[in-house]
Amino acid sequence: MSITVLNPGLLTTIQDLGRSRYQKYGVIVSGAMDTYAMRLSNIIIGNEENEGVLEITMMGPSLELKRGTLFSIIGADISPTINNKTVPMGRPVYLKEDCTLKFGDCKAGIRSYLSVAGGFDVPIVMDSKSTYLRAEIGGFKGRALKKNDVLNVSIKSTISYKIIEKLKEIKNEGSFIAPSWYAKDYNIKNSERDVIRVFEDRQFNNISAESINKFFSSEFVIDIKSDRMGYRLNGPKIELKEKLEMISEEVSVGTIQIPPDGNPIILLADRQTAGGYPKIAHVALVDIPKIVQLKANNKLIFKKIALEEAEKLYFEKEKYISDIKKSIKLITL
Amino acid sequence: MEKSKFEINILQISEISALIEFGNEISEDINKKIRTFCEYIDKHTFEGFVEYVPYFTSVSVIYNPLKIKSDSPFKFLKSILEEILLNLDFSSSYEENIVEIPVCYGGDLGPDIEEVAELNKLTVDEVIKIHSEGRYLVYMIGFAPGFPYLGGMSEKIAAPRRETPRLAIPEGSVGIAGIQTGVYPIETPGGWQLIGRTPIKMFELNGKPKSFLKSGDIARFYPISYNEYLKLKEES
Repeated sequence: MSITVLNPGLLTTIQDLGRSRYQKYGVIVSGAMDTYAMRLSNIIIGNEENEGVLEITMMGPSLELKRGTLFSIIGADISPTINNKTVPMGRPVYLKEDCTLKFGDCKAGIRSYLSVAGGFDVPIVMDSKSTYLRAEIGGFKGRALKKNDVLNVSIKSTISYKIIEKLKEIKNEGSFIAPSWYAKDYNIKNSERDVIRVFEDRQFNNISAESINKFFSSEFVIDIKSDRMGYRLNGPKIELKEKLEMISEEVSVGTIQIPPDGNPIILLADRQTAGGYPKIAHVALVDIPKIVQLKANNKLIFKKIALEEAEKLYFEKEKYISDIKKSIKLITL
Repeated sequence: MEKSKFEINILQISEISALIEFGNEISEDINKKIRTFCEYIDKHTFEGFVEYVPYFTSVSVIYNPLKIKSDSPFKFLKSILEEILLNLDFSSSYEENIVEIPVCYGGDLGPDIEEVAELNKLTVDEVIKIHSEGRYLVYMIGFAPGFPYLGGMSEKIAAPRRETPRLAIPEGSVGIAGIQTGVYPIETPGGWQLIGRTPIKMFELNGKPKSFLKSGDIARFYPISYNEYLKLKEES
């Protein structure tokens, strides 16, 4: 089975959970910006949760999908349609005939994840299917999708076939079948101002008291230059107590750096492996999806929590994912 | 554990990572400790371990808390790491892993070498001699796949970064920035003064992907002619 790209959209790349074990060689992790949406899109169609999916950004692609394809879309609502009919998100969708999947207005969020049962048949580079654009590594030929690309899809899992059997029981006139159930609590909502929970990072105490105060009481605006590497924020300038000579040290997804201009940068999927700027705080992993769904000029404020609290939230979210996995198994019994 | 003995700290830095601090200054001694630890982990992994990343003075350890069967995964990890560190022999001497890197200095491949010479009141030949006589410790790999942070360059050939960075520095370029020298493994923008180029691939993608240099190696550069450069380039 295969998928033909009729129109690639703004930035459509194959991503999974990224490359572990190669940061020591200077290889960035990459991977999906919203890993929760990406994992769920795989889980609900019977893929392994780390399978490569399409990360779709703001303007979606047009894709020709074959009859018999089972797919799901989770994340930003970029108005997916087939034959002008809305394709429901957050649930498996089975095609009864060859179809063109199109995307429209970006209604909420900016990154959506399209998984296909069986996964994309692309080479696994350093244990991952993720696209690392700058080094032209991984994904589909190391690059974003282009018009006329043909993506081959691998063989579906037994669970995927069982999901298809269940879907076929649903009486339906259209060209696709989707169930009434969906992965709950996973709709991206537009909000005036997102609250991002953070805990202290290593140079927190090197930041001036006044700047710490401003950091937690002011609105920050997402800069237009934000990308998969990091989100740049505009707001009050954050200043150090005194000049600090830093030796390059660890950074990870969610690290908030303060470069000399005082505008915070939140490091994300395509961050470098090391950083030499002071780190004021670190975003709780469960709030990374909120950030990556924001677009330029959206606003956020930071709320301080303890690392233990972030850890608790992390376990709660993992419990939610594991419950969804269990329900999928129950559905297919 | 006797922390005072090693002055090593283990901190939790996120839901899924810990940091082992071996010190707070760039030194060969700390680099050696880091290398000892990393080589041990390469051979003895443990449940829940994902990866380690060595830096100048510390190593981050990324773990999967769901795979560590404990109510407090970090505390459990910390006790494992403490036990490993306590039993490591940091005093044992190492056989140095010397890696030779051929470089075609000057000309089109090293367009800034004359500027570097002028800045330091040296001839181009003297710059080449000083650069290729050096012994460079690889402190860490980062910034780009296979990019080595090297220590030990002579201050006699130091040169500031270019005021306007180049948009594309070719793969294999050997450069100087301040008292640092390094090799660009992939084409990337950058502000280093370029003094030559190596035909060696600093980062190998195919087969078993790996960096030509690793943390703890000793890098040495040796001059080759343009013809030798072309020949080696073809072979690699």
